[in-house]
Amino acid sequence: MNFKTIITTIAVLGTGITLAACQMDAYQAPNPNGSELWSGYKTATAETRAMQDDDFANPGMPMVDSAAALYNKKDGEANMSCADCHGAVDDPKGGSKGLPMKGVSARYPVYDADTKKPINVELRINKCRTKYQKAKEYKYESDAMLGMTGLIALQSRGIPMMSTADNPSDELNAAWKAGEAFYYERRGQLNMSCKHCHEDHQGELIRAEVLSQGQSNGFPTYRLKWSKLGSLHRRFRGCNGNIRAEPYGYGSDEYLNLETYLAWRGRGLPMEGPSVRK
Amino acid sequence: MKHTKFMTAAIGLAFVGAFAVNAQAADMPKFTIVNDTIPASLTGKPGDAANGRKVAIDRKKGNCLACHVMPIPEQQFHGHVGPDLHGVAKRYDEATLRMRVVDPKVLNEDTMMPSFFTTGQHRVTKKFEGKTILGAQEVEDVIAYLKTLM
Ligand code: HEC
Ligand code: HEC
Repeated sequence: MNFKTIITTIAVLGTGITLAACQMDAYQAPNPNGSELWSGYKTATAETRAMQDDDFANPGMPMVDSAAALYNKKDGEANMSCADCHGAVDDPKGGSKGLPMKGVSARYPVYDADTKKPINVELRINKCRTKYQKAKEYKYESDAMLGMTGLIALQSRGIPMMSTADNPSDELNAAWKAGEAFYYERRGQLNMSCKHCHEDHQGELIRAEVLSQGQSNGFPTYRLKWSKLGSLHRRFRGCNGNIRAEPYGYGSDEYLNLETYLAWRGRGLPMEGPSVRK
Repeated sequence: MKHTKFMTAAIGLAFVGAFAVNAQAADMPKFTIVNDTIPASLTGKPGDAANGRKVAIDRKKGNCLACHVMPIPEQQFHGHVGPDLHGVAKRYDEATLRMRVVDPKVLNEDTMMPSFFTTGQHRVTKKFEGKTILGAQEVEDVIAYLKTLM
């Protein structure tokens, strides 16, 4: 077999696989990320990568540790802890009720039949607090909430994001579509959309920063600039503000839709929260 | 293609006209597009190249270095999102450069480069609502500076 035949064979095989994949997942919308799917870890600095690689050096971990204590603490009028329903946070069986934390962050946002909207991990935590623990909600960007989402993200490390919201039969499809529209809509005095930075110019330098694909697989993320863990919605607000656009609220419908859409754009990327970025 | 662009410009001008009827007529961006260029100075006055260089550096004004490599060696970290602007005056005349800074979307509707002298964008923060990124004279200063990049 000469070089050309090998290439042709690979090409034919490749097409075969693509076609087969298309038949299996006929609904699948085309991957908009470019030829390759990659996490912001790839273009992060050596310094922040080293911090992320070592849980003892990861400055987001102390907050996660505090949340581990909260997870096991009985709270609210119902005097129940998260562990009472879900078992130990790292129990793959998820206690006697079979509700494990493993894989949750890779699967979320999911559809909430009560609100008929996407629900993300933050809002799910608060739903458990009010509905089951009969306790007060955590504030969206509070230490308790950041630590708890970090603790839950940790249970999904290495698990690929798995959204199927592009499927017209998926209950999240309307939210996915709204999120997609948001992603491509220009806004702010600088009049840019997400795609201008994270799709068209990914991998390029904007001043001293390398633009990533703007994926959500590392959240919550510890940013040196924030000196703190921060949520995905805080990042959205930052990216909106940088182009002088009025940000939307934490947990707003707009950002829930966008989060739903980003989860799909990152489909296949292994989870790495809590990550570290500059 | 040319026709479409002429149409865009015409609609753009119609908008400017419509807005001008409302308050603050004096602040509204006014410019005339001819064949995808803006031949006339926005202020009728020549620009100041030294100030234009400052505006290009200033992160709160032009912030051109965010996206472009420029002959400004004392500043670290030039972006690579747009073309290198060394020698840009050899590639474009003044009227084209003015178009590129005032409203590059007339030339490429999908561009990432901000329009430095337009208003009416979606969801602008209160602080910047109804304002152009650069003032008319600042645009002229930037053009004067770009013209030195031979
Ligand atoms: C003006 C350019 C620009 C625009 C427009 C922009 N971003 Fe970003 N974004 C950045 C920069 C710079 C960073 C930090 C470096 C990086 O990870 O790309 C960033 C980071 C991110 C991250 C974190 C990625 C990680 O791995 O830590 C996410 C998520 C993100 N952006 C989403 C968005 C979304 C969604 C939008 C639109 C609502 C948007 N961005 C619009 C410039 C932009
Ligand atoms: C957010 C990114 C960004 C910023 C900020 C920006 N530009 Fe650009 N610029 C671009 C891109 C991208 C292009 C490529 C052409 C296109 O997209 O239409 C470009 C093209 C140009 C060109 C044409 C160059 C050529 O060789 O074709 C000029 C001139 C120019 N920009 C000047 C400026 C000046 C002056 C400023 C600041 C006042 C500025 N730009 C700010 C992104 C930017």
